[in-house]
Amino acid sequence: MDKPKVAFYWCASCGGCEEAVVDLNEDILKVVEAVDIVFWPVALDFKKKDVEAMPDGSIAVSFINGAIRLSEQEYMVNLLRKKSGLVVAFGSCAHLGGIPGLSNFYDAKLSLERAYRLSPSTDNPDNIFPSEETKINGSTLELPKFYDTVKTLDQVIDVDYYLPGCSVPADLIMNAVTAILEGKLPPKGTVLAPDKILCDTCKRNETKPEKMEVNEIKRPYEVMLDPEKCFLEQGVICLGPVTRSGCGERCIEANMPCRGCFGPTSKIRDQGAKLVSSLASIFNTNDEKEIQEIVDTIADPAGTFYRFSLPDSLLRRRRLEV
Amino acid sequence: METNTFEPKIVGFLCRWCTYQGADLAGTSRMEYPPNLIPVRVMCSGRVDPSFVMQAYSEGADAVVIFGCHLGDCHYQEGNYKAMRRYHLLKKMIEELGIEPQRLQLEWVSASEGERYQKEVSRIFSEVRELGPLDLNNGKAQSNG
Ligand code: SF4
Ligand code: SF4
Ligand code: SF4
Repeated sequence: MDKPKVAFYWCASCGGCEEAVVDLNEDILKVVEAVDIVFWPVALDFKKKDVEAMPDGSIAVSFINGAIRLSEQEYMVNLLRKKSGLVVAFGSCAHLGGIPGLSNFYDAKLSLERAYRLSPSTDNPDNIFPSEETKINGSTLELPKFYDTVKTLDQVIDVDYYLPGCSVPADLIMNAVTAILEGKLPPKGTVLAPDKILCDTCKRNETKPEKMEVNEIKRPYEVMLDPEKCFLEQGVICLGPVTRSGCGERCIEANMPCRGCFGPTSKIRDQGAKLVSSLASIFNTNDEKEIQEIVDTIADPAGTFYRFSLPDSLLRRRRLEV
Repeated sequence: METNTFEPKIVGFLCRWCTYQGADLAGTSRMEYPPNLIPVRVMCSGRVDPSFVMQAYSEGADAVVIFGCHLGDCHYQEGNYKAMRRYHLLKKMIEELGIEPQRLQLEWVSASEGERYQKEVSRIFSEVRELGPLDLNNGKAQSNG
């Protein structure tokens, strides 16, 4: 029998999710033994035309990481959708928009301005900006269209499963691969990680006082972080109450609060809005002026609460300026 | 001068113990106020999850108002204080998302304050009419969207 065919692809991605596959170490050999990798731009020399030539549905599963911002990415994921039985959104960026999704606080023009003109490390005296068409020496060079809005993979194509995390932990990848090979998959649309919040599995939860009360919110660098106590109890924002468990509390173990990369559980529709509730509930005052003073100590609520999930949120982006 | 004919869509979350009855009173007393507020009856202003507010905006509301009992009068003791704490944080968050602060309001109206309900709804209506539509994409067709 032929081995199942597998594809890996990357869109608006940092490469960390590709690294996560390589980080399977000796387990990668088991994967390679069991499947036939037919497309993996970062590691193997197959081209777009090779995928175009494949029969529809002939790839058993495509793992796609990165968010979607370019017309080229749009084309590639539609192509892979057509050629694949299953599509798995791999990592926070494909799942929720991820860090590139923070660009939804701006639009295409502002993002390019920043990258090609304003950033301190840019030296661009001729004001050269990427454009979709450039005429040079009588020929025309083309670049993909750069959209205003970063999207999650499932806002562009139909997605069967999600592997959460920035990047996806090795055990979740192996569980998913095993489930796919054995045909023991949960219902379509499932996020392949536990459906409970991180606080439920966090060690610091046990020492949490009955009633938490804070008078100001501090950023991690402003406090000597206690390695045992719940971060919220220390007045430091932790997204544990609104984030799916399954990462092994890897940030918490490194004495850093959760930034929310696993996204919300199935019971939470909007990670940032839910955090507004959790956080407001520990403000230690009923006085309107004092409430406002605590709110004033929170530097960037939208960017912090939606750090990984702005494109996946109900509003998806900052309102576009005219 | 051109007259402003914009008819805003305003979603109101009304606590069933106070404002919902106050609104009823305004109605039975035949007070006139703009019909632009769509009332949603909730058990308490403290039941209003910030996601409800975000959902209202995402489905076309130009403004959202949370109505509860006066401080100290909550049927469940603390619900309106909870609402107030969330409200201030949520307001800061939506401003970062480009939504003007007047598009989120919090008002206390008791069961006997039909007139106050009429006044507040009229005031909010004028403010939102002045602001214009929320239109999250600001009329800009999104090529990928
Ligand atoms: S999820 Fe994280 S590791 Fe993966 S591509 Fe996005 S930023 Fe990189
Ligand atoms: S808020 Fe953070 S530190 Fe506290 S219990 Fe939850 S995950 Fe752990
Ligand atoms: S602790 Fe939070 S941010 Fe860190 S890996 Fe886990 S889910 Fe992601």
